[in-house]
Amino acid sequence: MKLALKLAYKNLIGAGLRTWLNVIVLSFSFVLIIAAKGILVGWDRQAKLDMTNWEIGGGQYWNINYDPYDAFTLEDAHAPVPSQLGADIEAGDMIPVLIAQGTIYPEGRMQSILLKGIDPDQTILELPTRKLDTLVGATPVIIGSNMARANKLEVGDYVTIRWRDANGTFDATDICITEIFSTNVPTVDLAQVWLPMDSLQSMLLLSGEATLLTFRDREKPRDEIANWKLMSYKALVQDIEEMIKTKSVGQSIFYTILLLLALLAIFDTQVLSIFRRQKEIGTYVALGYTRREVVGLFTIEGGMHAVLAAVVGALYGIPLLIWFARTGITLGVTSADYGFAIADTMYPVYSGTLVIGTTLVVLLTTTIVSYWPSRKIARMNPTEALRGRLQ
Amino acid sequence: MKHLTIILGVLLTLGVSAQTADEILDLVDKNMSSDNRIIESTMIIHGKRVSRTITLKSWSVGNEQAFTEYLSPAREQGTKMLKIENQLWIYSPSTDRTIQIAGHMLRQSVMGSDLSYEDMMEDRELKEVYNAEVIDEETVDERNTWVLELTAKVADVAYYSRKTWIDQERFVPLREELYAKSGQLLKRTDLKDVKQIQGRWFPMKMVFKDMLKDGDGTEYLITSIQFNQQIPEYIFTKAALKQ
Repeated sequence: MKLALKLAYKNLIGAGLRTWLNVIVLSFSFVLIIAAKGILVGWDRQAKLDMTNWEIGGGQYWNINYDPYDAFTLEDAHAPVPSQLGADIEAGDMIPVLIAQGTIYPEGRMQSILLKGIDPDQTILELPTRKLDTLVGATPVIIGSNMARANKLEVGDYVTIRWRDANGTFDATDICITEIFSTNVPTVDLAQVWLPMDSLQSMLLLSGEATLLTFRDREKPRDEIANWKLMSYKALVQDIEEMIKTKSVGQSIFYTILLLLALLAIFDTQVLSIFRRQKEIGTYVALGYTRREVVGLFTIEGGMHAVLAAVVGALYGIPLLIWFARTGITLGVTSADYGFAIADTMYPVYSGTLVIGTTLVVLLTTTIVSYWPSRKIARMNPTEALRGRLQ
Repeated sequence: MKHLTIILGVLLTLGVSAQTADEILDLVDKNMSSDNRIIESTMIIHGKRVSRTITLKSWSVGNEQAFTEYLSPAREQGTKMLKIENQLWIYSPSTDRTIQIAGHMLRQSVMGSDLSYEDMMEDRELKEVYNAEVIDEETVDERNTWVLELTAKVADVAYYSRKTWIDQERFVPLREELYAKSGQLLKRTDLKDVKQIQGRWFPMKMVFKDMLKDGDGTEYLITSIQFNQQIPEYIFTKAALKQ
């Protein structure tokens, strides 16, 4: 085996430019696969972290009628906060949120919005809710930067909102923007206005009621509550996971093509080697190598392309990927354009599993591709091979 | 004794006003309500930069059933709306689909006008849901009017209070203002060009204005109106939308 490795290495190096061309192309595949996968892993991690910090905490209880994808449900999606959750709310480990539809009139324009009530003293989410405690001449509210940009609103602006209370009666009041926050989570930003919980409850005539409750601790076992749907952390991030999975499939088509091109070059090299090195093959057999050992030698030789590619890829890839991980990649889209959590700059994350997994996949596929043409050796007549006759 | 006389006088005046207000509303209802009606009209929607004109024909029975067909412009031609009690459907010929308008979609404006779909959904008589009181007398478009203040007497009403200016001779509203519970003015309607049709006075031009929104409002011009006609029952069915 050791001899086979030594021979394979010498033959590869001896092939000169042809080997290095194959190795470089294969190393590109290596680096690109790791870089691309790293972006998805980084996106997944960042999106989940942002969602946890800004929206879902450790999980939520939803009113049984609440469906975030169906605004029609909001009218009935509220109920008194379950008494058994009182202790968690008192301890600050759970926050009720009340959601209702409304209309905002910035600069005389009209836009449908969601009015969301939240306790100003909450500490579970990163929303700057303490600014809802500000004393101003109207109801203090906070909005996201995308909402502010879309409606040309700034801190200190007064604007009118209109809504219908629980009886369906129109009401309107002025609100004052006390803070504009920047977040990557569009579901707490776009077309939304956050108000103090007490104010919204009294505006809607829904004292003590909530649409959902967000809790802090992901691990703590939770009971099912009648008329409330327990949404675990895993269930709440499922959408993002599925979306990343879809992206991953799309991306894998791209790097499969790249890998196939590199493997095609190796396959071609192997076929050419076996054709041109028939005398060498005959000599190996004459010296006592079994045919299987000769096939093994050629397979190792081909497979070694992947090892060299890993080394070459590491030489330029490691510094490149480290730089990439530090500076990140700006995609030119915002979460507002995309509709779900996506940072302006994404920072790839390269895990050990990712690097080792990619190396193994490339090594395995290269070995298979190298073995494929080498099988022909097993069918060669050694005497004819020694003479160098074409078989 | 003198104070008691004043208090009794005030109470009697208030009582008379409340009764008068109800009578006024009755007379207004006689003018404005009918078993059914067929209207051909033009809606001019004044936007910030441009105005759009839409012509439509509508059939209605009481306040509960209504069918409207858009006749022009070409882009809207063939669009139909059907209202049966508190349900509303729209048929779009370009997609050949009928959709039900519900929930927050009811709050959207109709064809970009100052009217929302839910404004069209109100089907209860004012007397059913409001306490009326004459609070003043004013002149509107050179006509003497009573100013009636209507305050909700039931909880489930869209506008908590209204003010309406009623022509003292013709018993036709000449202006209406709709208020939020907070007292904020939300919408104003000016009713003009009052004509006598089939023995009743009726405003042929209405200007709707969402007071929270910029713009010059939406004009609604009635080109022809017929009261108490024979309207086939099938018009108020979903099947009629696709015909």
